[in-house]
Amino acid sequence: MGTDHLLYRIYRFYRDGFRNMTVGRTLWALILLKLFILFAILKVFFFPDFLGRFDNETQRGEYVRDQLIERNAP
Amino acid sequence: MLLSTTDLMSVVDWSRAQFAMTAIYHWLFVPLTLGLGFICAIMETIYYRSGNPFWKRTVKFWMRIFGINFAIGVATGIILEFEFGTNWSNYSHFVGDIFGAPLAIEGIMAFFMESTFIAVMFFGWNKVSKGFHLASTWLTAIGANLSALWILVANAWMQYPVGMTFNPETARNEMTSFWEVLFSPVAMNKFFHTVTSGYVLAAVVVIGISAWFLLKKREEVMARKSMVVAALFGGVSMLLLLWTGDGSAKIIAKVQPMKLASMEALYDGKSGAGLSVIGLLKNESQRSQEDEPFHFNLEVPKMLSWLSFGDGNAYVAGINDLIDGNPEQGILSTEEKMRRGRIAIEALADYRDARQSGDSTRIASTLQKFDPKTQEGKAFLNDYFKYFGYGYLTSPQDTVPNVPLIFYAFRVMVGLGCYFLLLFIVVLYLAKKERLGQYPWMNHLMLWSIPLVYLCSVSGWIVAEFGRQPWTIQDLLPTVAAVSRVDSTSVMVTFFIFVALFTTLLIAELMIMTRQIKIGPHDEQ
Repeated sequence: MGTDHLLYRIYRFYRDGFRNMTVGRTLWALILLKLFILFAILKVFFFPDFLGRFDNETQRGEYVRDQLIERNAP
Repeated sequence: MLLSTTDLMSVVDWSRAQFAMTAIYHWLFVPLTLGLGFICAIMETIYYRSGNPFWKRTVKFWMRIFGINFAIGVATGIILEFEFGTNWSNYSHFVGDIFGAPLAIEGIMAFFMESTFIAVMFFGWNKVSKGFHLASTWLTAIGANLSALWILVANAWMQYPVGMTFNPETARNEMTSFWEVLFSPVAMNKFFHTVTSGYVLAAVVVIGISAWFLLKKREEVMARKSMVVAALFGGVSMLLLLWTGDGSAKIIAKVQPMKLASMEALYDGKSGAGLSVIGLLKNESQRSQEDEPFHFNLEVPKMLSWLSFGDGNAYVAGINDLIDGNPEQGILSTEEKMRRGRIAIEALADYRDARQSGDSTRIASTLQKFDPKTQEGKAFLNDYFKYFGYGYLTSPQDTVPNVPLIFYAFRVMVGLGCYFLLLFIVVLYLAKKERLGQYPWMNHLMLWSIPLVYLCSVSGWIVAEFGRQPWTIQDLLPTVAAVSRVDSTSVMVTFFIFVALFTTLLIAELMIMTRQIKIGPHDEQ
């Protein structure tokens, strides 16, 4: 791929942009740390998909339907 | 093991608290992005047309503030989706098909539009043409606002569920008309009211930061010119905000009358109802039903009727009308709605039992009730399923939200909104007289308007969201049926984790932002 190829120019655009960042570096560090906390810690350990324990949509539907019926006020 | 009713209420309370806290913190970052993007685009347009490097320097400074806010706020909304899946799984399943399309479009749009054009906006100075750079700045602002559209469409559907039909087989609502969901009057009004509130917030923030520069006697030309752009943008936005606010009142009067009655603490409905400008409510627990709800109340006669229905003599339903019913006005009592809701839930139970027994005739007959294409189905959906959520309530009083909170939050929102309109007019007047920045007390007032505009913005959401309690989906699903059977302790733990995380992010934003404001605009090298 030549240096005047569109994809290379786009790559160089982003590369130079990131290299020349000043306050942006701090922000990117903050974004990455935040994403790590969100997806690698909170999502994995604290926020499981509650209906994910069922194998398929039918089972999920049956479970929720049961819940909707059981919580009916007396 | 099933949780007891007390445990379930504890899960509901903690899940609500967690969702409210997450949404409020998330909203602290969003509106500045919505409005500041357009303010930057306007300033860059002035630069593009005039070629004056002053405007390039100015817009680059405000873009830096935009970038910090964008970076800190990005992905904070994802936590809400985590909460849907864990704490609100019944709700997520019940609405899944409706939310799927708008949220998927939001994700794609946010990713492709914003990530592409925001890069050009920040990295593209002197690398792409002035015209392409300007287009990218506008497209970043438009992209951010379009992202908000899809989230607000989803929120509006919860307040006014349309364009769907309930499928008892999957226990989900299925979309029948994407356009009905997108163009529902609630969705359109909510979108324009919310984004214009973001524009006003951004305008006040720009004026406040500019006032700080004037107080410090630094960058005074930039500060004054930024104030004028912000005041013009904020003033026009405020007029649109008033217009959409008026539309919002009319829609709420029709689709969420309990919210409107709570906003006005209107217990007994009346024709020619007045609008409370300011009032002091009596303590609810110490007040008998016959007592007036106010210690004092300053109201504009007939204004509430006029704002709600465009007729000063129109009847506005009060909280007691909605609880006890008012046959003269065609209002069903909540007891009756609860009875109908229970019948709708029983029909769902009948369908489940028919499936379990494998009785195909019974399955077909119970399914008919939920089929909008048959006469029987139409009648059942309109007379009974419409009140499905009422079947979960234990008392008619469950439908009354926190009246004092909503009453005062509404007045904070409207009162501050009027103050900001005055602020924009004063800024423009002083700019015309070339006296902008000459009064230090006014610069202090402008600076301290920044926290006030955030308070105003959050108050609006408090009215909208607390006002629709107990519903996660209006009339169809109350919080008690929407929440998952999870352990309330785990929700409590994550609540405090989020408090710590968001507070850290907010402190980081404030520190980085104030440091960059103190540095001020950079000169071109």
